[in-house]
Amino acid sequence: MKLIYERSQPGRRASSIPRPEGLPKAEVPEELRRAEPPRLPEVPEFELVRHFTELSTRNFGVDTGFYPLGSCTMKYNPRINERLVGLPGFAFLHPLQEEEGAQGALELEWRLQEILTEVTGLDAVSLQPAAGSQGEITGLMLVRAYFAERGELEQRRKVVVPDTAHGTNPASVTMTGFELTPVKTDARGNIDVEDLRGKVDEHTAALMLTNPSTLGLFDENIEEIEKIFHGAGALMYYDGANLNAVCGISRPGDMGFDIVHINLHKTFSQPHGGGGPGGGPIAVRKMLEPFLPVPAVIHKKDGTFGLDYDRPKTIGKVRGFTGPFGVFVRSYAYMRMYGPGLREMSETAVLNANYVLARLKGTYDLLFDRLCMHEFVLSARNLKRDHDATALDVAKRLMDYGFHPPTIYFPLIVPEALMIEPTETETKETLDAFCDAMLAIAREAAEDVSILKEAPHDRPVRRLDEVRAAKNPVVKYAFDDATVPAKT
Amino acid sequence: MTHPFLALTDSDREEMLRTIGVSSVDELFRDLPAGVRFDRALDLEPALSEQELSAHLAELAARNFDTTRELSFLGAGIYDHYVPAVVDTVLQRGEFLTAYTPYQPEMSQGVLQSIFEYQTAICELTGMDVSNASGYDGETVTADACYVAKHATGKTKVVITEATNPQVRQVVKTYAPGFGLEVVEVPHHGGTTDPDEVRSAAEGAAAVIFQQPNFFGCLEPAPDLAAAANDAEALSVAHVDPLSLGVLEAPGRYGCAIALGEGQAAGNLMSYGGPHYGFLAARTEFIRRMPGRIVGETVDTEGKRGYVLTLQTREQHIRREKATSNITTNQTLLALGGLVYLTWLGPQGLREVGEVCLGLAELAKQRLQERGFELVFDRPTFKEFAIRVGRNAREVVRDARALGVHPGYALGRDYAGMDDVLLVAVTEKRTPAEIDRLAEVLAEVAA
Repeated sequence: MKLIYERSQPGRRASSIPRPEGLPKAEVPEELRRAEPPRLPEVPEFELVRHFTELSTRNFGVDTGFYPLGSCTMKYNPRINERLVGLPGFAFLHPLQEEEGAQGALELEWRLQEILTEVTGLDAVSLQPAAGSQGEITGLMLVRAYFAERGELEQRRKVVVPDTAHGTNPASVTMTGFELTPVKTDARGNIDVEDLRGKVDEHTAALMLTNPSTLGLFDENIEEIEKIFHGAGALMYYDGANLNAVCGISRPGDMGFDIVHINLHKTFSQPHGGGGPGGGPIAVRKMLEPFLPVPAVIHKKDGTFGLDYDRPKTIGKVRGFTGPFGVFVRSYAYMRMYGPGLREMSETAVLNANYVLARLKGTYDLLFDRLCMHEFVLSARNLKRDHDATALDVAKRLMDYGFHPPTIYFPLIVPEALMIEPTETETKETLDAFCDAMLAIAREAAEDVSILKEAPHDRPVRRLDEVRAAKNPVVKYAFDDATVPAKT
Repeated sequence: MTHPFLALTDSDREEMLRTIGVSSVDELFRDLPAGVRFDRALDLEPALSEQELSAHLAELAARNFDTTRELSFLGAGIYDHYVPAVVDTVLQRGEFLTAYTPYQPEMSQGVLQSIFEYQTAICELTGMDVSNASGYDGETVTADACYVAKHATGKTKVVITEATNPQVRQVVKTYAPGFGLEVVEVPHHGGTTDPDEVRSAAEGAAAVIFQQPNFFGCLEPAPDLAAAANDAEALSVAHVDPLSLGVLEAPGRYGCAIALGEGQAAGNLMSYGGPHYGFLAARTEFIRRMPGRIVGETVDTEGKRGYVLTLQTREQHIRREKATSNITTNQTLLALGGLVYLTWLGPQGLREVGEVCLGLAELAKQRLQERGFELVFDRPTFKEFAIRVGRNAREVVRDARALGVHPGYALGRDYAGMDDVLLVAVTEKRTPAEIDRLAEVLAEVAA
C-alpha cells in the first residue's frame, strides 16, 4: 500500500488552527527562522483516517487473536482502562501542577506503590522507570550507590547474569559501568550452582535473575543461590519479566531478592501499543530506599499526598516527573479488578501453559522435561533434523492458521527455540485450536516441507528480505529522489 | 464465579489437569521450594466490579485540577497543546493498541510502516538523515545521545548548557557515572548561552548539548553553539521543541550531529507526565550507533515493498553487553500519536500553530508589561518567557490558583537567585481574553 507521503498533494490539509485577531508580531531573528518547510504529508482528514485504518488492518494484536509471544505476556487489555485514562482529571493534568491540585493523581500513585510492595514482598517502590530495561538500569544504579556508600564500589565490579537472561540484562550491566559474569544453566534448567560458586566472591556486586527463568522454569535452588550471594555480601536483583507466573504464589522479596522491577505492560495489562509504552517500577528492601529516584510519592501525616525531593542519597532521576502516569492508571485499575484474586490470574496462566505444553511435547522436542510455569520453550530441532523445517518456518506457517507466532530463537541456549506463553486470558477452545495447528504443522513438515518454507501465504506481504534492509538501510521515504519505485 | 478476565470452567480445568497428568492446580507449583511459597492471601482490597472501579477512579480524577477546570499557563517542558480527535481514533484501533514490537514483520506491517512514516516525519522536522522508532521521553533520549557520543568520540566529558531543562540535566547526570562520563555545565548570560564559552568548554568533550528554545523560552544563538561544538570536534546535540520547527530552523540545517527532544507537545496529552515519546535523529554517520529500534524498507520474496526492524545487531537481544542501548519496549503508540498529529497539521498547520504561539506569547508579554511586570531576559522567545513577579513566585502561584489561574512555573525551584521569577507558557489553546485574565490576576496577587 501507499505511504502517507505518497497520498500527499500540495495545498491539502486536515487541520484547522485558531487565528486570533490582532496579535502583535513577534520578532524572530532571520538566521533562526526556518528556510524551507518540512515535507510533512498534506492530506484531508478523511484520507488520514482511511490511511491509518488500512494500516491497522495490516497489523495483528491481542484484539485480533491469540498472541503467545513468549516473555511478553500478551494478555487481554480491558477497555475500561482506556476510558479511565482519558478522564480529564488525568489526561489534562500537568505534571508540574502543585501538590494541592494533584491529590487524586498522587493518591493513585501511592496506592499503586502499596499494592506493588505487597505483591513483591518488599518495602519501598519508585514508579519512575519507563520500562523494564530502565528498571534494570535504575536497579543497578542503586547497587552502585549502595556499595559506594559502603566504600566497596571499586572492589565490587562484577554482576552475575545467567546465559538464559534477556539481552537487556547484560546490556544494563555494561551501561551502568559493571562487568558481566555469565553463569551456565544446569541439566534441569536451573542456574548451575557449581559454576556459580566459583564465580561469586568479594568482587561480586549483584546477581540479576529472572525467576521463573526465560525457560519458564522456577529455579529449584533459589534458597541456595540466595545464601551464596548474600553470604558474599552481594545484592540480588529480580527481573520481573515473568512475574505473571507467581503473583500471590511466591514473592521475590521472600525469595531473598533486594531489588525487583515490575513490567506493568506485561503482568498488569498496560497495552503493548505496537512496542510501547511500558512501565518499569522498582521495589526495594528498606536499606535501599534512601537511594531511590526523586521525587518520591509520599503519604503525609496530615493525610494528604505529596512529592518528596529531599532525599540526600538519591541516585537522581531516570526519567521526567514521577513516571508514565497513564500506565499507572491502567495497571492500578487492572489490579483493583482482581484484588487478592491476582493469585487466580497467575494460577490460570500456569495451568494454560502446562496444558499447551502437555499437548505439544511429544511432537516437538523439550530440553528440560519438567512442569513449566507461565511459559515454556520447545525446540524444533527434531523437525529441522528430519524434515529441514526450522523454528522460523513453523512460526511463519502459524500465521496461515491465524495465530501470532511464539518468540523464536530465544533463549539462546535452546536450538530452534519456540517460546510459548499463552497467558491466562484465553479459552480452552483457543488453546486447543493453537495446539491443533502446531500438530498439523509438524505433520505438514513431514509430508511437504515447502508448505512451511513458503509460508506465510495470505499475509499482506510474504517473507521479507532482512539482509537487504540491513545492508543498504532505507530508513525514511525518498520523496522525489530519482529512485526506481518499488511495486506497491 | 469466573473472573471476567478469565475463562476456564470447572470441567475445562479438570480436563486440562488430566491431560497434564496432575491432580490439582497446586501440584503445578511443586518445583517451588516450601520456603519460598507465599502462605497467605495477598493483603489487598477486595476486587471491584467495572462499575465500582469507574466510580473510584472518577472520584480520584475529580480531585485533580486539570486544564479543563483551571486556566493554566504552566509549561516548563510539558505543554497544553490541542490534540485532535483523529489521534484518539487511530490509537484506539485494537490492532495498534494491543500489538507488541513487530518481531514478525508479516504480522506487523501496519506498525512497521507507520514507524517508517514517523521516522520520515522526524527527519523532515529536524533536518536529519536517520531517526529511531522513539525513546521514553525527552530526558532519556538525551542520556542516550551521551552514550552514542562517548562511543563515537572515545571522549569522557559531556557539556550541557545550564539553560537546558533541569530535568534533562538531572537525568544526564544520573546516567553519567555508569557511562563513565563527566558532566560540565555552561552558565547562561541574560537568558542565553555564549558560544565562546561553549567553545572552550567543548575542548576534549564528546558532546555539547543545548536546548532551542531553551528552558527560559529564549532563542539561543543555535547555529553559533553548534559551530562552537563542531570546532572542538564534539557532537553538537540540539534538544528541540517539535512544535517550534515550523517557525525555527531545523538543527540539521545548522550543522548539528544529533537532534532530539520531548515529543509530547506534538500529539500527546499531558497525562501528569506520561506516557509520551522522546525522539532522536542523527546524521547518517551515526546510524550504526543509534539506540533503540529502527525500521527499514525492503522487499518480500515476490519483490513487493515491505518494512522490517533493521540494523538489529546494534541491539541488546543480539549484541547483549556490547549493545548501543538496553532499550526494548519504547513508546511506539505515543510516537504513532505524534505521526498522526503531524499528518493532521501538515507543513502549513505546523507553521500556523507556531505563529499563533509566537503571537499569543508576544501578546501576553505586552499585557503583563502594561501591568508593570518586567521581562527577566531581553531576548526573542517562542511560546514561553520569564517575568519578575516582585515576590516569591511559588506564593504567587498559590495565590493566583486561588483565583482560578495557574500562572506558570516558579523558576526558583531550579535556579538560584530566581525566587521571584515566573516562567509563563502560552500555547495556541489560550485566547486573548484568557491572557487578559492572567494579567489581571497576576497584577492582583503580585501587588
